[in-house]
Amino acid sequence: MQSSAARKMTAEGWLEPPPLPHHYDTIENHQSALRFGMWLFLGTEVLLFAGIFVGYFTFRHYFPEAFEQSARHLSVPLGTANTLLLLTSSLTVALAHYNAEHGRNRNAFWLLMASVVMGAGFLGIKAVEYTEKFHEGALPGRFFSFAEITAPGGPVFYVVYFFSTGLHALHVVVGMSLLIWVALRCWRKEFSPTYYAPVENSGLYWHLVDLVWIFLYPLLYLV
Amino acid sequence: MTAPLTTTAVPPAGPIFPKKSYLNDGTTIRSWLLTHDHKRIALLYLVGVLISLFLGGVFAMVIRLELLTPGPTIIEALTYNRMFTLHGLIMVFMFMIPSIPTIFGNFFLPIMLGAKDVAFPRWNLTSWYVYMAGSALMLWGLITGGADTGWTFYAPYSTTTTTNITPVLLGVFIIGFSSILTGLNFIVTIHTLRAPGVTWFKMPLFVWSLYATSVIQVLATPVLGLTTLLVSAEHTFGFGFFDPARGGDPILFQHLFWFYSHPAVYIMVLPSMGVISEVICAVARKNIFGYKMIAMSSLGIAFVGFFAWGHHLFTSGQSPFDAGAFGAISMLVGIFTAIKVFNWVGTLYKGAIVFNAIFAYICGFLFFLVFGGMTGIAVATVSLDVHWQDTYFVVAHFHFVMVGAVIMGFLAALHYWFPKMFGRKYPENWALLAAGLMILGFSATFIPQFLLGNAGMPRRYYEYPERFAALNVASTAGASLLAFAFIIIAIYLAIALKYGEVAGRNPWGSRGYEWDVPSPPPTENFDAVPVFTRGPHEYQDVPEDLAKVGHAI
Repeated sequence: MQSSAARKMTAEGWLEPPPLPHHYDTIENHQSALRFGMWLFLGTEVLLFAGIFVGYFTFRHYFPEAFEQSARHLSVPLGTANTLLLLTSSLTVALAHYNAEHGRNRNAFWLLMASVVMGAGFLGIKAVEYTEKFHEGALPGRFFSFAEITAPGGPVFYVVYFFSTGLHALHVVVGMSLLIWVALRCWRKEFSPTYYAPVENSGLYWHLVDLVWIFLYPLLYLV
Repeated sequence: MTAPLTTTAVPPAGPIFPKKSYLNDGTTIRSWLLTHDHKRIALLYLVGVLISLFLGGVFAMVIRLELLTPGPTIIEALTYNRMFTLHGLIMVFMFMIPSIPTIFGNFFLPIMLGAKDVAFPRWNLTSWYVYMAGSALMLWGLITGGADTGWTFYAPYSTTTTTNITPVLLGVFIIGFSSILTGLNFIVTIHTLRAPGVTWFKMPLFVWSLYATSVIQVLATPVLGLTTLLVSAEHTFGFGFFDPARGGDPILFQHLFWFYSHPAVYIMVLPSMGVISEVICAVARKNIFGYKMIAMSSLGIAFVGFFAWGHHLFTSGQSPFDAGAFGAISMLVGIFTAIKVFNWVGTLYKGAIVFNAIFAYICGFLFFLVFGGMTGIAVATVSLDVHWQDTYFVVAHFHFVMVGAVIMGFLAALHYWFPKMFGRKYPENWALLAAGLMILGFSATFIPQFLLGNAGMPRRYYEYPERFAALNVASTAGASLLAFAFIIIAIYLAIALKYGEVAGRNPWGSRGYEWDVPSPPPTENFDAVPVFTRGPHEYQDVPEDLAKVGHAI
């Protein structure tokens, strides 16, 4: 990224957009390329998680009792709290996008930081849940030693549980890093009505993280 | 070149090598390793991919030498297992999947669209580093860990083997990222950076095939990534996801694995088909026959390819209905491929064909693709496949398509675009000789394997009964010929790189857009945004004009 120091502050109170890469003719074309690239990348993410969901349905089909028993041992209040956190953080990200698009960089900064805090809260609650599972021995595969799940297939449920939520948590961390990065750029007032693709793309990524959880939550905790 | 190919007027004086081009725009190592120029990145990939081809070829020769005699020949049984694992993994993930898209796609896609670069040059360079890092990790893992699972990593063997397979799996995962980045970059480039006049149906067919390839790369690779992650987690932590002893399901592995790995064969062969669509016009001096059909059948193959994976599971306890359905869907691929083949043959029909090395590769390609494709229809038939499952028949089938057709396309591309990439011509006689040896050697290697498989010789076995000996000797002899042809090509191309005759802008008299820029092209490709007034495959009934471009010379 070109350093913001070299770019001039415009009268409207935001920095000039960075110089257009030499192979694009207009800034709109560049922005739409960035946006399109992000949508494609999100497509790959969906397929990455699709594999996990296929695994979930396969094993749910094999071991319906174990999946039901195990789901009852997950904490619905904590899962719901996390769902609320992520949904709210998606809202603040969307608002940040709106503000950045209108050049209100400071507002966008605070909204993005609020999302980051909620993301951290999500990870904190997840850590509490994981700790509890470790103490109970409700663990994947050969580490499984949770006596309360009597039906066969308990270890497999926890493979699905830990692998899917673990992979998701990794995405939360990546998403938070992206949000912090664009938040810092908001602080430097880099975004304007002509240039805001980084906020939009990071926001899209965060929405995907949210979306995956919206599927994981009912499948793991509720059904 | 002695035979005059051109319909355009031959310039009076010999062409001059351009003083400034992408090749000498910065000569330090740093200027290459940190370049954002798609042409230089293509050459970086060329180096990586050729090293992979060399390694994979060496391991293939070791395998063939071992199979020269029925008993132990040069290596032990365990080493043999490691050799076919090395050969398969290197050839699939480090050579065939990246080969044509990352070298010729990177180099020519932007030029063919009239663009100065791909959509995301920085990511393009990143993808090369990711490819090199993943390859290094995979090779290191294979050599130090001694993985012997074959390239397919079938569970539960792969999840319980005592060899250290995790770095290999992570290497595949990382190479997958590079593949996704390349595909994503190409799709966005095609959508956003077409020059004025290059409408969707004026894009060169090579671009269409890259588009279809990229769609598969973007959509299928993540599933392989997840699968390798699951296998490595299972191997490391004993998860039991794919292990029936712990309630897991090894068939689930096969589904997830082939959901990527079947479409992956189209990642390999579609670009090769695209190359053939380009070069066949240049050697036949004719418009392409059935442009839209060829373009659409690429997308058709990409689409149908996603629903054919179950034909790898015919003998894995699949229900007869599923097996029949997957078999029927697989045959649709044959229809789309046949559309292409008929159109190519239609292009050759009544053309003013130039008999050169490129044409030889086209012939080889058509033979291997059709023969390999027909045997593909045969193995997609459930009742026949039960007989051929896991025999050399299957090995010969997929080598015909994945190696025969892909290598022919790769070499055709290398010879056709060599003058454009490096500005010099190669010696045609040597090239023709090597092409002949290549086609002969390839046929001699794999036709005996069809017979061996049909006679019941299983794949991946270290020893075999005496009665298979003669055909195995023939196969090894063919492989040696193949290796010899590769050595000839390596030598004359290396010499031509420095001492070859200066090629000039368009030595083939081709009508493809990329021949309108100097050879080698300048860093910026075009001085101004070009306006292409003709289609990319128009050889007849068009005025002898170049595109209206501000050229660097």
